[in-house]
Parts: sequence; C-alpha cells; structure tokens
Amino acid sequence: MRSGDLILQTMSKVVFFIIILFSIHLFFEGHYRPGGGFVGGLMTSGAIILLLLAYDIKTVKKIIPFDFKWLIAVGLFISVVTAGGSLLFNVPFFTHVHDYFNIPLLGKTSLHTAALFDLGVFFVVVGVTLTIIQTIGESE
Amino acid sequence: MSVLHIAILSPFLFAIIVPYIYKRLRQIHTGWFVLLLPIILFIYFLQFLPQVKEGEGIVQSVSWIPSLNVDFTAKIDGLGLLFALLITGIGSLVVLYSIYYLSKDQEQLNAFYVYLLLFLGAMLGVVLSDNLIVLYTFWEFTSFSSFFLIGYWHHRERSRYGAQKSMLITVFGGLSLLGGIILLYIMTGTFSIQEMVANTSTIINHPLFLPAMIFILLGAFSKSAQFPFYIWLPDAMEAPTPVSAYLHSATMVKAGIYLVARMTPIFAYDANGYWVWLVGGVGIFTLFWGSFNAIKQTDLKGILAYSTVSQLGLIMSLLGVGAGAVHFGNDNQLFIVATIAAVFHLINHATFKGSLFMVAGIIDHETGTRDIRRLGGLMTIMPVSFTIAFIGTFSMAGIPPFNGFLSKEMFFTGMLRVVKMDIFRFDSIGFLFPVIAWIGSVFTFVYSMILLWKTFGGQVQREKLPKTPHEAPFGMLISPVILASLVVIFGFFPNILSDRIIAPAVETIMPMFAIDEIHISHWHGFQPELYMTIGVIIIGILLYLTLGKWTRIYQLFPNKLTLNQLYDVLLPSLETGSNMFIRTHMTGYIRTYLAYIFTFFIAILSFTMWSKHAFHFESTNLADIGLYEVLLFLAVIIGTVTILASKSRLTSIIALGAVGYAVSLFFVLFRAPDLALTQLVIETISVALFLLCFYFLPRNFHLEKTRFKLTNALISVGVGLVVTLIAISSYSTKLFPSISQYYVDHTYDPAGGENMVNVILVDFRGFDTLFEISVLAIAGLGVYGLIKLRLARRKEG
Repeated sequence: MRSGDLILQTMSKVVFFIIILFSIHLFFEGHYRPGGGFVGGLMTSGAIILLLLAYDIKTVKKIIPFDFKWLIAVGLFISVVTAGGSLLFNVPFFTHVHDYFNIPLLGKTSLHTAALFDLGVFFVVVGVTLTIIQTIGESE
Repeated sequence: MSVLHIAILSPFLFAIIVPYIYKRLRQIHTGWFVLLLPIILFIYFLQFLPQVKEGEGIVQSVSWIPSLNVDFTAKIDGLGLLFALLITGIGSLVVLYSIYYLSKDQEQLNAFYVYLLLFLGAMLGVVLSDNLIVLYTFWEFTSFSSFFLIGYWHHRERSRYGAQKSMLITVFGGLSLLGGIILLYIMTGTFSIQEMVANTSTIINHPLFLPAMIFILLGAFSKSAQFPFYIWLPDAMEAPTPVSAYLHSATMVKAGIYLVARMTPIFAYDANGYWVWLVGGVGIFTLFWGSFNAIKQTDLKGILAYSTVSQLGLIMSLLGVGAGAVHFGNDNQLFIVATIAAVFHLINHATFKGSLFMVAGIIDHETGTRDIRRLGGLMTIMPVSFTIAFIGTFSMAGIPPFNGFLSKEMFFTGMLRVVKMDIFRFDSIGFLFPVIAWIGSVFTFVYSMILLWKTFGGQVQREKLPKTPHEAPFGMLISPVILASLVVIFGFFPNILSDRIIAPAVETIMPMFAIDEIHISHWHGFQPELYMTIGVIIIGILLYLTLGKWTRIYQLFPNKLTLNQLYDVLLPSLETGSNMFIRTHMTGYIRTYLAYIFTFFIAILSFTMWSKHAFHFESTNLADIGLYEVLLFLAVIIGTVTILASKSRLTSIIALGAVGYAVSLFFVLFRAPDLALTQLVIETISVALFLLCFYFLPRNFHLEKTRFKLTNALISVGVGLVVTLIAISSYSTKLFPSISQYYVDHTYDPAGGENMVNVILVDFRGFDTLFEISVLAIAGLGVYGLIKLRLARRKEG
C-alpha cells in the first residue's frame, strides 16, 4: 500500500529534518537544560514515525536500511561500556569524567562521558520504539 | 573415626557394594554375602559384654557439625548393647532365613538386601547414638528403609498402601520427636543424652518440660505401634515375612521402647507423675486392645501383628510403672522389678515373636496361604514347624516352662505393686492396672491357642490349599529352630541373662539405683501372681473352647468405628478438603485475585494505621493553592469520572489521554520540564497503542457499559481512602530534611552539568537508568517475540 497524499509527503520531508534537528538539540542540551537521551530518542523516533505515516514501511526501510533491534543492542553496549570503562582507571563503576577541550571548528567545548551514556539511552529508546511500532505495523 | 563408628556405619558401606555383588555373582544367592556382616557385628558387640557388666560405658566421639553442637557420639552402655545384640543377632538369623525364603531367580535381591542393610545400620545408629540429632537422623532412616521394605512387592496395591500408611504415621511421630529434641536442647543447651541426664533438675522445673515429654512420647508411641498409632503395623504385614519378623517384631517397633527407656532418667523425676501415667497407661491399654483385636484376625500374620502391638504395650506399661520407682527412693526398690521385667520381656518377645513370624512364613511358603480358615492339621505334616510354633505360642501365652512364663510372672508382680504405690492417685484407680493386665493376658492366651491349634490341629483341608503341604527345607528351619531353642534355654536358665545383659540395661534405664543382684526364679511360693497365671490358663482354655459362642461380640463393634476406618476416611477427606479449599478460593478469575489482594491491602494497612494511631495531619508545611492547580485538578477529576462512567471504550481512551496530558500540565505547573516533555510524548504513544488495541477488538464485542458491582466500588473506595490517609499522614510527619540540597550544590561542581534532573539520571544515579533502558529493551524484544513467534499458528499451517 503506497500512500498517495502529496501534501503530507512533501510536508513531512521538510518537517522531518526540523524534528530531527530538534531532537538532536534536546539530546545535546540535556546536561544543561531540559532534554536528554530519553526525550531526544523519543523525538527522533517520532520523526521516523512521521515518515512511516507519510510513506509506508517498505520505503522507510529503504531510507533507513538497518534493523532497529541492532540499535537496542548497540545502545545497551555503549551504556554498559561507558559505565564499566571507569573500572579500567581504578575508580568505581559509573564514575564519569568531563573537561573542556579546544576542538578545531567548535572551539572550547565541554566533553563529558555522561553524554556517551546518554547516547546509549538515546539509541535504546529509538530502537525500542521503532521496533514496537514496526512490528505492530507489519503484523496482520 | 573409631572401630565402633565403622561398625555402626558398616551396613551403609556394605549396602553400596551389594548391587555389584548381585550383578557379578548371579549364581550365588546374594544373602550369603550379606549374612557375614551381621554375624561379624554380633561377635564384635559380644566382646563389650564384660566391660559393660563392670559398668564402664564406651564413648567414642567424632565431630560432625561442631558449630551446632552435633557430634556423632557413639556410646555403648547396657541398654544400647542389649539392643545392638538383638539387632545384629536376629538380623543374622533373618538374613539366613531370607536366603531360603526369597527365590534367587524371581526376586530383586539387590534391592531387598540394600534396604535391609540400610535398616540394620540405621537401627544400630539409633540405639548407639548419644547425640539426639544423630539419633533422630538414624530414626528417620529406619522409617524410610522400613517404607521401602514394606513396599518391596511394589506391584501389589496393598503393599503400597501399607508402606504409605506406615510412612505417614512414623514420620509424623519422627517429626514430633524432632520437636521434642529441639525443646530439650532449648532447656539444656546440649544434644547429648548423658549431659541431659546430668541436668535432670533443670528439665523437670522448666515450663517446656511437658511439651517436650509429649512430643517425644508421640514419636516413641507411633514408632512402637501404641494406641492409637498401632494401625500401621497390621498393614505392614504386606512386607516379605523376613522383614515382618525382623522389623515388625524384633527391632524397629522396639525403637520406641528404646527411646522411652532411654528418656526415663530424664523425664521420670517429675513430681506430677505424668511420665508414669502416660507411658504406663497407654501401654496397658494397648496391651488390652491389641490382644482383644488379635482374636478376630484370620490371617496368621494379622494375628501376629496385633499380638506384637499388645506385647509392645506390655513392655511399655512395665517401663512406665518401673519409672514410678524413682519417686520412692532407695528404700522401695520393689518397682525396679517392673523395669527388669520390661527388659527381660523385650528379649523374650524378640525370640518367640521372631520364630513365630518365621513359622508363619514357612506355612505361607509351603501351603500357599496364611488364612487360618483354610489351614489345619499340619501337625503331622510339618512336625518341626509345629514344635517351633508350639514353643513360641506357649511362651507367648505365658505358660511354664518357657521364658514367656517368667516375664509374664514378673509383669504381674510389677502390676500388682502398682496398687501399693500411694502417689499420683495410684492407690485409688491403680487397681485397674493389674485387672486390665490380667484380662489382656487371658486374651493373649486365647489368640496364642488359636494361632497354634487352628493351624496345626484338626483336619487337613487339602482341597482348600493352593499347594500340597510338606515340611520346609532344612535351611529355612535353622533360624526359627535357633530362636525356639533360645526360648527354651532362657526359660530354663533365665539367670544366664540376668547378670550380663539385664542388669546393665536396667542400670542404664535407672542410673539412680544400684542394682545389686537380679535373680529370676521360677518358683516364688504361692503368691498372687501364681493364682493369676492359673486363672489365665483356666479362663483362657474355657474361652478357647467356647470360641464360637462369644466371638459374636466382635460384630457389636461395627467396622465403621475402627481407627483404621478413621484413617481411611481422614486421608481422602483431607485431600478432598484441600481440593475444595483450593477450588473455592482459586477461581481462576483475575478479578477475584485482585479483590483478595486489595482487600488484604486495605485490611492490613488500615489496621496498622489504626493500631499505631498513625493518622496525623499538619497544615504548617502546606503550600498555597493556586487557581491553575484548581482548574487542572478539576480537569483530571472530570477525565477520571469520564473514564469510569463512559459507555464506549473509545471515550475512555480519549479521557485517559486527557488525564495524561493534564498530568503533563501539572508537571509544567510544578516546574518539571523534563517530566512534562517525556510525559507528553509517552502519553501520545500509549494512546496510539490503546487505539490500536481498540481497533483490533473482535467484531462481536459488545459495546456495553461497565457493570456496576458494589464490592468493586467498596474496595476501590477503600483503597483510595487508605492511600490518601497514608499520603496525608506521611506528608505531615517529615522526620528528616530532604537530601536534595546535596544535588543542588554538586550538580555543577563535580558533576559538570546544569540540568539537575539529567545529572541525577545519568551521573549520580546512573545505575537505575542503566537498568531502566534494559527494561525498555526487554519490552521491545518481548513485543517483537510475541508478534513474530506464533508457534500455534505455524503448527496449524
């Protein structure tokens, strides 16, 4: 079934990127202002759901050609590694570090391992939401 | 590990290799190998006789669980040695008998001898352990091995029934014994019997004295088939006859006797005489009841089973009466005669009852039946068996010159002296003891005669017998002949036992008295005991000759009123009862279970609140209420009422969404932006999922209104009320200041963030988050699995 709503399709092409940008913003803002991995992940999956509504599952699979279940695994892996990495430096599990670095192009930037952990959360949330929606959508 | 320990444990070790012997050496009967062990053990225990006679106990200890005061302490004293000799001696004879009784080719001999050896070892452990926990361990081992032996022919329904019955009753008693042991430990702080005997004064003045005594007696009575626990013994006759001869006449049923004898120095000192009355009273009643019921039996082993019950009652009553001696001090040693009689009769009973069981087995083996209505006239066909049975039954009936006569005479002496006891109201109702004892002895005489003459007297009824009767093979006769010779030897020369075995045993039972000399004499003048015995014989003969006239009285006792019937009704009704109980409250409806859970929730919490006076309301730390809050509150209320009252499910879903969005507005109002964001998105997704479920509801699903149920309404109002009250009370009683100031102070400086919620989530308490995303992952994969994996449909297709 291919949806033929031109207005919806055209609009979603534009809105999709805005939502994605907003979700990325939410994600990176998380440590300083409201937001974070959870809401960011939900927003990203919201954007993809919009694509699903405007087009169909086949098209979305072509656009995003990987299995969302892998995303869950990758997210969990990142989170556990971030949390467990601190053990290598002889500090307790889940000890975060952060500092300011001078990075070309971005200038003085704060880097925080908590963001890595949040990235894991982000992936898991995206993976889970899309797995559920997609599985339910595909079932007869 | 001393030699003594190895001796006790050797049957267990030997039991391990029995199956190998059975497999490797099929042409030789396995029993021949097994036979060696009890003989060696018997000889080994014989060598302790001189030491024990001198009054020196042998104590060997191996630590087992030292932290719990449980050590495997083996102790040989007069009583233990007497039992050890009985167990190994009769054990050897029984094994010898079983070699000829059980066929090499048709029976599972490995199983039989493994069980028998387990039992042998367990019995040795029971009688030679000084530590009560070790004793209890072996005690249960005897129950289990006896269970296996009774159910040896497990293809028979009656065997399984008998095994189960004996298991249930003896394990009931065993557990009660364990309770008594624990109570004794609480009182004295030790599991060792010797140390308990030394602490008698602590025990008898302790409030737990009576419960401990009753628990231990329950254990002893159920094992020794006393009233009302005797019912398992007649059904245990389904076991092979060697087992009946060994377990259910000579050894296992005497474990209870052993326990009572062993505990006498601990419990008998009590000034109220509970021990004397309980042990003596139950024993004497069992004596009467067992002998009375034995007469109506038609099965040889049935008669013998009831006779065992009755004789055990006799020994038990003697132990009880003998314990009365401790209340008289040294000047009145007359009651010790009862204890001596108990020990003597214990030995005698083992000899004659063992031989009688073996004869019953021989008759069964050679004629094919044990029913006395079909037997008769075997006297000339089986002369040796007849002689053995003659000696056994006459000894059992208490007729001179056999050993049963001597112990019965002493039994009467003991019982007659009860009347002279002027304590515990024995002077008023104590006369019942000799009277019941005498009546019981008359019945004993009658069933002994029935046993002998109905089997061997009269005419042979060849047409009723499955096999042509003939004398048993020589090997089968060895054991009963030995036992019958012992009956005669002990009958003529009872004093060969008195110094070596009986005196040390009595000294163990009554350590407070010096036993100078025991002389068992045949003739002690024209005493009342003699007239009683003459009376027993005359009345007994009369009763036997008029058997047909008065046995009708047994029909007066309908079968429905027996204890067996009670057991048979009680057990299934327990089953149906628990079934009914489960069926009535486990309805299978989730609604019922929720009702239970919530009702208990309300009951427990409101009771706690009420009993602790926990309700507390304080308005000082309440914030002001703003307009927006009131409006939102109204919106939530309207949404909730709509959910409950709406006719269609769609309305409910939308109302639920409205409540969810209102909650996110509350988050906004109460300044929780992260929560508000998340709540908005999550509410959207869940409403979408609800709608999805709604869309796929079956077509014929009624769009009916929620039915109103008063119970549901009451329960829900109750839950709401209780939770509200608890919330108010807990808010009004703030005991500590919040720890949130720490987060406020440290969010930026070590944690390096400004959004405190997020910092708590990923940094301060990131552990929770790690597992919450794991929960999400599991939920996602679960949905995937539920939808994709459809085994049932795949099978159909």
